[in-house]
Amino acid sequence: MTDPLAFARAIATGAVRVIDLTQTLAPDFPTIALPPEFGQCAPFRLEEISRYDTRGPAWYWNNFSMGEHTGTHFDAPIHWVSGKDLPNNAVDTIDPAKFIAPAAVIDCSTESARDADFVLTVAFVEAWEARHGKIEPGNWVLLRTDWSKKPPNAYAGMREDGAHTPGPSPEVVKWLVEQRDVRGFGTETIGTDAGQAHHFNPPYPAHFYMHGKGRFGLQCLTNLDLLPPKGAVIVAAPLKIKQGSGSPLRVLALVPGTAS
Amino acid sequence: MSKPLPPPKRKNPLRKTPAPLSPQGVRSRTGHGLTAAAAQGRFALQVCADCGAIVYPPRDACPVCLSARLPFRDIDNTGTLIAETTVRVSTDSYFREHLPWRVGTVKLDAGPVLVAHLHEDAREGARVRLALKLDKSGAPVMLALPAQETDNMQDDPQLRELTCDPKFRRVLITDGRTAVGQAMAKAFSDAGAAIVFVGLADQWKPFPGMDALRAIERVEVVPLDVTDTESVAEQAQQNGGRVDIVVNTAEYIRAGGIVDRQGLTVARTEIDVRYLGLLRLAQAFGPAMRARGGDGINSATAFVNLLSVYALMNWPSYGAYAAVEAACLSATQAMRAELRPGGVKVVNVFFGPLETEWFEAVPPPKVAPARLASAVIDALRQGLEDMFVGEIAQDVRARLAVNPKALERELAG
Amino acid sequence: MVDRKSYDGVAVCAPVTIPYRRFSTNSAHWWIGRALRELTRRASLRPKDLDGLSVSSFTIGPDTAIGLTQHFGLAPRWLDHVPLGGASGVVALRRAARAVQAGDADFVACVAGDTNHVDSFRKTLSTFSRFAQDAVYPYASGGANASFALITRNYMNAYGARREDFAKICVAQRDNAIGFPYALMKAKLTLDDYMSARAVCDPIHLYDCVMPCAGAEAFLVCREEAARSLGLASVRVLSTIERHNAFADDPIQIRGGWALDVAEFWAMAGIGPGDVDLLETYDDYPVIALMQFEDLGFCQKGEGPEFVRSHTLTNDGSFPHNTSGGQLSVGQAGAAGGYLGLVEAIRQLTGQPLGGVVPDARIAVVSGFGMINFDRGLASGAAALARAA
Repeated sequence: MTDPLAFARAIATGAVRVIDLTQTLAPDFPTIALPPEFGQCAPFRLEEISRYDTRGPAWYWNNFSMGEHTGTHFDAPIHWVSGKDLPNNAVDTIDPAKFIAPAAVIDCSTESARDADFVLTVAFVEAWEARHGKIEPGNWVLLRTDWSKKPPNAYAGMREDGAHTPGPSPEVVKWLVEQRDVRGFGTETIGTDAGQAHHFNPPYPAHFYMHGKGRFGLQCLTNLDLLPPKGAVIVAAPLKIKQGSGSPLRVLALVPGTAS
Repeated sequence: MSKPLPPPKRKNPLRKTPAPLSPQGVRSRTGHGLTAAAAQGRFALQVCADCGAIVYPPRDACPVCLSARLPFRDIDNTGTLIAETTVRVSTDSYFREHLPWRVGTVKLDAGPVLVAHLHEDAREGARVRLALKLDKSGAPVMLALPAQETDNMQDDPQLRELTCDPKFRRVLITDGRTAVGQAMAKAFSDAGAAIVFVGLADQWKPFPGMDALRAIERVEVVPLDVTDTESVAEQAQQNGGRVDIVVNTAEYIRAGGIVDRQGLTVARTEIDVRYLGLLRLAQAFGPAMRARGGDGINSATAFVNLLSVYALMNWPSYGAYAAVEAACLSATQAMRAELRPGGVKVVNVFFGPLETEWFEAVPPPKVAPARLASAVIDALRQGLEDMFVGEIAQDVRARLAVNPKALERELAG
Repeated sequence: MVDRKSYDGVAVCAPVTIPYRRFSTNSAHWWIGRALRELTRRASLRPKDLDGLSVSSFTIGPDTAIGLTQHFGLAPRWLDHVPLGGASGVVALRRAARAVQAGDADFVACVAGDTNHVDSFRKTLSTFSRFAQDAVYPYASGGANASFALITRNYMNAYGARREDFAKICVAQRDNAIGFPYALMKAKLTLDDYMSARAVCDPIHLYDCVMPCAGAEAFLVCREEAARSLGLASVRVLSTIERHNAFADDPIQIRGGWALDVAEFWAMAGIGPGDVDLLETYDDYPVIALMQFEDLGFCQKGEGPEFVRSHTLTNDGSFPHNTSGGQLSVGQAGAAGGYLGLVEAIRQLTGQPLGGVVPDARIAVVSGFGMINFDRGLASGAAALARAA
């Protein structure tokens, strides 16, 4: 199907369904928490400009503010020091064709429910491939943990020693990049890395390896449970921020529908 | 002996809320020397610099030697109540709502005679202590108190009108995450506040003292993020109609000056938490409080700001922080004018370095959070507008009064 | 004592009272204008004959006396503004008398008048003086009632005065007012009425208080020959005194400035208290009438209560006092209250009383008191008047 109009028709008829993988941008949605002496990512904030009132009688609109890494967002390679010198590594210079790609959805919701510190390993992915086939080059790998269904406290998973949320091991990230040539790595949690990934070697491997090799990240995704293990196409186009390290965005998944 | 104040009855929702009224607040320019003293809880009258005469009412020439040098000085506040009356007819709308009202003539030991409001335990012929208070119009008035403390003294109705006692009042502490916020919650609970609402942003982030905070009697933790306009508005919609005292404990303290700081992210947050946070609170809670300034014994009464004393003069080690505190101080001056029609006081409590993590590298003396909290209670019970807590704050104030330029240079280190 | 020049050759005549009203929608200018017109009518003068004008009023703002010259079309060569409240009448009189005596003016119209709009009393109180604004009005805004309550209270404590003594003054004045056509309060007042009235500012009760109202009073000062040629009955001025802010060291007012000048007052008049046929005191509150009995020498200090108990204080009795009923019965028309006793004394001495007559009245003493600037009345004055031969 190479005809874009045919694609549009498929959307219209329901032959292709659109699933929204985006969290609503709201002030109380958790953002990443760094030690307070570091610079912080701004949470989403909305300031009403007018609402059919003296500030503007017939119209309603807002100003909003947030960080590049607030809410459901996209990480560009320039975000991490390992990707800082790559060509076309910022949201405004990435080839837009790369914003649309199939996804392999690895379900580890059961394991994550059992262990908030669940770590995705190469063996786990190989077992997944044994069931669903090999991950194709250029695919997103999305980690389904059902974390997006948790209430805010459990979602952030903050304890005295930091966050406890699932994520990938250094080996599996390196392996996905080098052996499977993935487009990027996406999660439901606040980061692409595990909550305790500052203790990994290297720390924050999903950031270090993915961005170091020009791959992308998606985080704070939701509705991954509605996606098939294979067969979904992800549309994830960040805002065109000059030399942006990432951006909040609307992430859509296209999946085969049931209608004729 | 004053009668103990009975807990206020639940409000009859069918009764109109009494309009906030104020006594006449106009004073001569010289008369505002009394305002300055009353704002800080001092008792000061003019003392002639040439002949030593102590004079009242405030004037512009000494009635003994006609000297124009009549600075206000703290003087002995004891005297005798030589005559009293109970006013039962008044031309003033505020007093008409509060009649009968006792006033009397007091002869100060220091010389002058003055007319004063009377605490109910101040009796004709007896010794009294005078206090300068700011009335509901924000103007200075004399109050005669009994010479010795009496039972339930703080519950006297006329004294309560002139102060902001937290007893039976409903308080909002805007941030319970900080050590200061937690100390404040405890202090207000101990002071007999009816409810202590404690705001918490990002409740998903745990913090030290969380359980102890929730365990304080009459504390009710509520969602509130002063950096989020919607959150502040929602909290005001929820509880704004019954919050009598707001204590803004939201803080953002970072060391560093102006030139050597990199970028504006921290500065923006400083402004967002402190200055814009104050504006959000003022806009969300101010109008309702102003409308409830005459609402009985648990009327809306005070908006308390905790301000760095470096709002008065920049301390370059914390230069950006001090600059934002100065902006806050300026905003509180506007708020004072805006809330005054409701009889709601804006109480500024100034402090130096705190005994908290953000001042860990600063040598003592420092102010412990509990001391800051008890100072706030004290300021409210006295009805002050400005209080300086701790040695550093007092020191900065004193040096500022003498030579601002010297203070500026010395704070530069 | 300095040998003061007498007021020989000066005549005081043409007493005018414009009937008082509780409230008026007219301005003070209207009231003063009416009084001047009545004065010229009674004296058979044209307005332009008035070459001297003395004005007292609380409510002519933003005007002062100078504005009134244009307002009324007068071209006086002598002009005075006497903003002294209850002392205005005596002070206006003594200044006018000297002007006439010196030839600076021939016909000085002395006039006091105020209006009373529904809200003017409150406005006058709140802006009465800087000290009142800074140090009195914010204290329950009880006005003069509260200030005099404290003074009365202290006087009662000091000298054993009882409410019954104040009642005696008020009841007697009401008896005197019953025949006075312009009194706003003419119903008989009994001791019982007085004692059972509601408290206003303890120990001040309802009948201790004057009723603010609108009204005007005036009289004419000229040379005796002029008065004679106009056929005007007149009185002579035997002596006057004036004093302000006396006894500032008294912690609370227990005497007025009269006590400082009383010896001079009688010496200049050449008479003694026993020669007086009627006394017109300034009676905004009965306690101050009591103080005037004492401080003008009708009795010793502290004996005021006993003095009251031993006299009827009525026109037909042993010590005629406030013979038209005083402000306590007639009403207090602002600064005109400071003229009321003086104008009434002129009427009594010239044989033209409007109400109760003091038989064969030859000598009157008129006393003024005014301006509660802070905690006490500052201005005091008195004049001894005699029926012209």
